[in-house]
Amino acid sequence: MELNASLSLVRPELILSFSALALLLLAAWIDQAGRLISILAVAALGAAAAFTASSLGSGSSASAFDGLMVIDAFGNFSKLLIYIAAAVSLTIAPRFLEKAGAMRAEYPVLIVLSCVGMGVMVSATDLISLYIGLELQSLSAYVLASFVRSDGRSAEAGLKYFVLGGLASGMLLFGASLVYGFAGSTNFSAIGLAMDKEVGLGLIFGIVFILSGLAFKISAAPFHMWTPDVYEGAPTPVTAFFASAPKVAAIALLMRVVLEAFGSQVLVWQQIIIAVALMSIIIGAVGAIGQQNLKRLMAYSSINNVGFILIGLATGTEQGIAAMLVYLTIYVAMTLGGFVCLMQLKDKDGNYREEFADIAGLSKTRPALAAAFAIFMFSLAGIPPLFGFWGKLVVFNAAVAAGLLPLAVIGISASVIGAFYYLKVVKVMYFDDAADVIAESDDKVLVWTGGILAAANSPLGYFAIPALGVWTAVAAKALF
Amino acid sequence: MNAADIPVLSIMLAIPMVAAALCLFVRAELARPIALGATLANFILGVVLWISYDPAGAQWQFTESAQLFGPIGWKLGIDGISLTLIMLSVFLMPICIGASWNSIQKRVGEYMAAFLLMETLMIGVFAAQDLLLFYIFFEAGLIPMYLIIGIWGGQDRIYASYKFFLYTLLGSVVMLIAMLWMIQFAGTADIPTLLNTDFPVQAQTLLWLAFFASFAVKMPMWPVHTWLPDAHVQAPTAGSVILAGVLLKMGGYGFLRFSLPMFPEASANFIPLVFGLSMVAVVYTSLVALVQQDMKKLIAYSSVAHMAIVTLGLFTFNQQGIEGAIIVMLSHGLVSGALFLCVGVIYDRLHTREISRYGGISVNMPKYALLFMLFTMASVGLPGTSGFVGEFLSLAGAYKVSTWATLIATTGIILGAGYMLYLYRRIAFGPQVNADAAAMQDIDGREMWLLAPIAVVVLWMGVYPETFLAPIRRDVATIVDRIERAAPAGDSKLMAVDPTTARFRVVHEPKKDVAEGSH
Repeated sequence: MELNASLSLVRPELILSFSALALLLLAAWIDQAGRLISILAVAALGAAAAFTASSLGSGSSASAFDGLMVIDAFGNFSKLLIYIAAAVSLTIAPRFLEKAGAMRAEYPVLIVLSCVGMGVMVSATDLISLYIGLELQSLSAYVLASFVRSDGRSAEAGLKYFVLGGLASGMLLFGASLVYGFAGSTNFSAIGLAMDKEVGLGLIFGIVFILSGLAFKISAAPFHMWTPDVYEGAPTPVTAFFASAPKVAAIALLMRVVLEAFGSQVLVWQQIIIAVALMSIIIGAVGAIGQQNLKRLMAYSSINNVGFILIGLATGTEQGIAAMLVYLTIYVAMTLGGFVCLMQLKDKDGNYREEFADIAGLSKTRPALAAAFAIFMFSLAGIPPLFGFWGKLVVFNAAVAAGLLPLAVIGISASVIGAFYYLKVVKVMYFDDAADVIAESDDKVLVWTGGILAAANSPLGYFAIPALGVWTAVAAKALF
Repeated sequence: MNAADIPVLSIMLAIPMVAAALCLFVRAELARPIALGATLANFILGVVLWISYDPAGAQWQFTESAQLFGPIGWKLGIDGISLTLIMLSVFLMPICIGASWNSIQKRVGEYMAAFLLMETLMIGVFAAQDLLLFYIFFEAGLIPMYLIIGIWGGQDRIYASYKFFLYTLLGSVVMLIAMLWMIQFAGTADIPTLLNTDFPVQAQTLLWLAFFASFAVKMPMWPVHTWLPDAHVQAPTAGSVILAGVLLKMGGYGFLRFSLPMFPEASANFIPLVFGLSMVAVVYTSLVALVQQDMKKLIAYSSVAHMAIVTLGLFTFNQQGIEGAIIVMLSHGLVSGALFLCVGVIYDRLHTREISRYGGISVNMPKYALLFMLFTMASVGLPGTSGFVGEFLSLAGAYKVSTWATLIATTGIILGAGYMLYLYRRIAFGPQVNADAAAMQDIDGREMWLLAPIAVVVLWMGVYPETFLAPIRRDVATIVDRIERAAPAGDSKLMAVDPTTARFRVVHEPKKDVAEGSH
């Protein structure tokens, strides 16, 4: 009876698990079914998203599997974002992978499996289920990074990701075992109760290790070194996926661990989060300046943005969490849009280009693409009136409300450094002489996805503010 | 009032937006008339606004309010100060479009779209009644201006565009944090409410500094003015006109709308800083202007000097000074805009901004020389032109606060006469040493239509300034009332007394002060 109730709560995960298995079987029987299975996988993600979306506004929460997972508004919001991001990454991928000769059925299946893992991550209320979700997601991601086997860069990215990811998982596990040893339980609320009384050195060590492991997963400085290499080496649709869905999942997981397990001792982790946030903002901004490869640039941009998101966590308030979720939503739209634009950079022979020199004078040859790219860049830089500004505003608003004024001032001043390299992209596209290497895009899916995402990042996005505000507020409430 | 029924301000914001979107998709021959039509339509709406504005009516008129974007309220409304600056924007815009008619030949649609977008944002800045909405309009202007300088600018346009963008952005971001704090303190982002909120004096200092960082860069005040000469020199003519004409006024507007009435005590405490920077700016940038070889750079430095008179006038805390500062802003918007147009006229013919490449052109371009002289004189501040009214009022106001600051700032007028007349002499008078300059055609009908309206307004403002003072008088008085509690004592100690007894009083007054202080 208890099991049935639990199972009915995790319907989205069940849908995805079963469809992943079914699709795997289908792939075994039908040859060359990459496209068909992609479409079915998107449909499965759509169904899971529909289930999640139906309970978006409600503040109810239910515990499943004897306290291993919880289904609440926070998890639902994060899952919805993850499913949508994953579906977009699936939709934009086929052409690219076909060109690379790697449009195999395993690609959609791996993405779906990784979504199951992410669903578990954001709902986990126990260190064990947390680790299971995280590893399910990570293992899929390692394979995805090296999906184009024949490409040395892709294989290298996969290996690098795997080795460093393994290290991070090790640190996380070590931290988890320390916390278990000193708090006496793996359950978040039990850890929270144990921490209420006093925090010994062992627990602090455990927290530091867990935070380090998670900082690696969200590519926050100083654990960001793998990001540029993996982002550059992985196939572009996979990079788009890495930069969106798993990032949402890992950040949501971080929020839940920090607030549900360690929430009673804010001062213990607040300094760590502040330091990590500022380091990410500054390293992400400074590191991007010298880059010539646009994918590496996007990698640094994601490090930079994670820093801004963590400012919300540093506040440790409900408002801060809601702000993080708003920022995450906008970040997903911005970063996916950026990658969709990158994927349209094909020369006349159909080869994908990703260097700065290739987009010189793009506004003369491909005005619409250049305009969309410029929108994403200005949005990532947080310049009003683009929607990215709103994300920065709510995060800084939360920091100001929590009294973290120095953090807000330093963070926002550092965002000016970041603006420099976003401007550089616009400068190369608009001010430089046309290099004329990029051909007309023949992929209607990319054009439409890019257009929709650009509209969402334009001032039109401001119309979404009221709804986004309500949903994120409800979601944030679930963590307190 | 029927204004409540028709959202005039929203329409004024929407017209250029729609036209901008249209311009992106049409040919160059069509983009120009669309842009001109849209800006003229907005000018007509501006005139309607001016006529139906009631100087004795409510403080905020043509107000609109809609909760479209959650915490960002779509709240618009204007007082007299906003009205005059909106008028300045909509008046200069058709002229800018006209000035770019022939000189811009590449990517015309995008150019017109950028300018139209700029117009929306400028009107938005002056009409916004929500703090966050104001910030969005204020910052968003960076994007079109960055593109205008970077795409259609001169040789070093890329350096100039970066400098413009990053300088102004760095100045503004800290202001956003200050705004967020204020909104949380007051519980609202509504500007009319915030204007009557008393912030704690200690917080005011930090808030004032945050706002100062933004407005001082925008203004620009010495020593953060260095972006301006670069941006001006590299921008196309119309870009310079808008930059000097309207964008610089956003800094002054910001001081007037936010810094002074919201943080009166802090403003009073920082008077020495503002006056000090203004004094340095007047003398230093005037001297720099004197040695320039590039016409646009010279006018750019003269802008910094004139803006220093504005800051001086604004922080006098009295009616005269603030009214004068507003008139200097309006006058400088027109005059420097016109001077940049004058430079553009001969630049279009000879394609150089170097002063020594011209000379004696009053012989072959008499009409041009006449108009150029009028604007030169207005820039110098000759009585009868707009420049005189504003500078006189600001300096008269400043005299009540600090005799020394006024004394030094007044040298700016002498130096201004120096560099402007020197510029005029080198271009218009003297022997015609350059054959190509001597062969230039006088201004044609289009150029006449650009310069003549400005000339009319400059003279109008100089001869009968009441037209422009009437709508702002009451609003300035409101600000002066608001900040009176912090007003500085001043060192000139003006008294209306019988001259025969005055001597007697002056002798006794210091004693009284000492006696009070010893208690």
